Amino acid sequence: MSQVAERTAQPAQTGDGGSFDGLRLRSLTKQFAAFTAVDSLDLDVPSGSFFALLGPSGCGKTTTLRMVAGLETPTSGSMHLGDRDITWDKPYRRPVNTVFQNYALFPHLDIFENVAFGLRRRRGKDVEKQVGDMLELVELDSQARKKPAQLSGGQQQRVALARALINRPEVLLLDEPLGALDLKLRRSMQIEIKRIQTEVGLTFVHVTHDQEEAMTMADTIAVMNAGVIEQMGAPGDLYENPRTTFVANFLGQSNLIEGTLKGRDGDQVVVDMQGTLATVPASRAHVDVVDNNPVWLGIRPEKVLLGESGDAIDAPGNSIPGGVVTDVSFVGVSTQYLVRMPWGQELQVFEQNTGRRRLFRQGEPVEVSWRPEYAFLLDHSQDASAGVEDDAS
Amino acid sequence: MTATATPPQTRSAEPPAEPPRQRRRLTAYWLLLPGALWLVVFFVIPFYSLVATSLYDPDGSVLHGYDMTWAFSNFWHALHDYWGPLLRSLWYGAVATAICLVLGYVLAYAIAFKAGRWKNLMLVLVIAPFFTSFLVRTLSWKLLLRDDGFIVNSLQFLHLIGPEGRLLATPVAVIAGLVYNFLPFMVLPLFASVDKIDHRLIEASGDLYASPVVGFFKVTWPLSLPGVVSGTLLTFIPAVGDYINAQLLGSPKQRMIGNVIQDLFTNANNYPAAGALSVILMALILVMVLLYVRRAGTEELL
Repeated sequence: MSQVAERTAQPAQTGDGGSFDGLRLRSLTKQFAAFTAVDSLDLDVPSGSFFALLGPSGCGKTTTLRMVAGLETPTSGSMHLGDRDITWDKPYRRPVNTVFQNYALFPHLDIFENVAFGLRRRRGKDVEKQVGDMLELVELDSQARKKPAQLSGGQQQRVALARALINRPEVLLLDEPLGALDLKLRRSMQIEIKRIQTEVGLTFVHVTHDQEEAMTMADTIAVMNAGVIEQMGAPGDLYENPRTTFVANFLGQSNLIEGTLKGRDGDQVVVDMQGTLATVPASRAHVDVVDNNPVWLGIRPEKVLLGESGDAIDAPGNSIPGGVVTDVSFVGVSTQYLVRMPWGQELQVFEQNTGRRRLFRQGEPVEVSWRPEYAFLLDHSQDASAGVEDDAS
Repeated sequence: MTATATPPQTRSAEPPAEPPRQRRRLTAYWLLLPGALWLVVFFVIPFYSLVATSLYDPDGSVLHGYDMTWAFSNFWHALHDYWGPLLRSLWYGAVATAICLVLGYVLAYAIAFKAGRWKNLMLVLVIAPFFTSFLVRTLSWKLLLRDDGFIVNSLQFLHLIGPEGRLLATPVAVIAGLVYNFLPFMVLPLFASVDKIDHRLIEASGDLYASPVVGFFKVTWPLSLPGVVSGTLLTFIPAVGDYINAQLLGSPKQRMIGNVIQDLFTNANNYPAAGALSVILMALILVMVLLYVRRAGTEELL
């Protein structure tokens, strides 16, 4: 896997030799016995950004975070903060603070002392005022003398955030900070944390397995899988133009259709997709364009248009006839269809419930189409089911 | 997926008939009964008789019997005659407890955080000495510390003690014996407390600029206080009243209050003085424990 190299396409980054104001990881590797948790990771996190490391459990994202915090020693590689090499610094000497997954609040200290802990260790001045201001920022000023066990989960989460933020670290690490909260509280905390980040302007590195959380909060997302970064970029870019099957499936859902390359047509790449010719913009074709090579053609379910058999669909591309609706799920804002295509594959189609069109029924023959600029091409050697979230449990 | 599918009806089982409240309340008392009876027969009655003995006429004797004369002067006489061994006992007990705390904390910390898969084995080893009699183990210490034994010879060779120096019949031997005998009582509660500490809290203290030493005193130590308090109590209380170690490893110069009481009861037949000393010791320890627990702020232990 060498998708990491594509990172250099990011405009904000400078070459390896130049000075860089932010967190820079170079060939960072961590091995536990025979298991490689993080495999030669290169990463640049610009100063002041909200950066998310997104991946399934066991992909190495937490290990990466713990290495940055100094709680885990890298097997090899280096970490720099600006010009300072922090690879071998002790955790208590790094200008880095962590919001732990279970908060790890000190149960024997009250909220005020929990928040003041870092300042007191560094003999900070004006502890009273600073802690007061910080508690105000997270709206807990009335709870200062309570013990952590007396607070609700959301309040404890904010204490953990305040306790780390008050030290004004160069990098704030958040390890699945919202994992223990219920869905509604998680939504409001996402907005809250984003607001605080904008307000204080510090670099946040956020580790999560929740793609929605990452997309809501981060300016830049790095999708991690099996110890390496699959793709990095703004949430919109990652979603609209995934470069690997893993990203296509892990970030949202995708239909991946097997096809054969049929050469170029100007800026377009032509694909023979089970007998129908489809075009894809060359900038979205993440394959070597060699005639007759097999590829995956990807299209997001909400980009697929449905039409009654024989009717013209309002899309410039070819429409594919012969589909049959096999499943209809009405979920309120949208209706989710499964359409069995003539070659046996079932495509997912999401249609907005605008009220302008009638719902299709199960067993109805339909045609499908999409705008060519929404499709993307992926290497056929990749596993088409990589990154599909296993919801069986 | 389809809207037609309906979840199977969950059939609620008939709630079980609730037992009458009255019976449930009585059950608790029945369960209390054996323990309460035991305490009445083997604690309250002897305690009453001990306090009564301490107030008997000091002029009585085994032959003529003792009269209850509310002789509070017994207490003053006992204190006057035996304040030396009493203070010595408190001092030996305190030193032994302090040494036990340091040794026991290191051991408990190591077992809880560093032992890994050897944890259970190490705990068994801590308790293993209890498999042999207390008396036999203390007697074997007498062999270890004897005048031309290996330990004394080594210390003499290293000039840590003079050529005529000895260990037996010194405070060192008595305190060493106390430490050895009561160490498990310190280690077990400490282990229970330290083992419960969430390791992530220690990581968090490091993340918040506390060096390992500072982190220990700001996080680990305060969180282990319940174990420290119960460990020191379990060590100090029996150590102060102990008489075996002073008897076997010490000399009359190291007599502790336990030896005095035993002597008064069994040899001098001076029951009132022995009873008065016992009551004084008990009251003294009780007051000290109460003050200590209040200071430590771990009232929930009591």
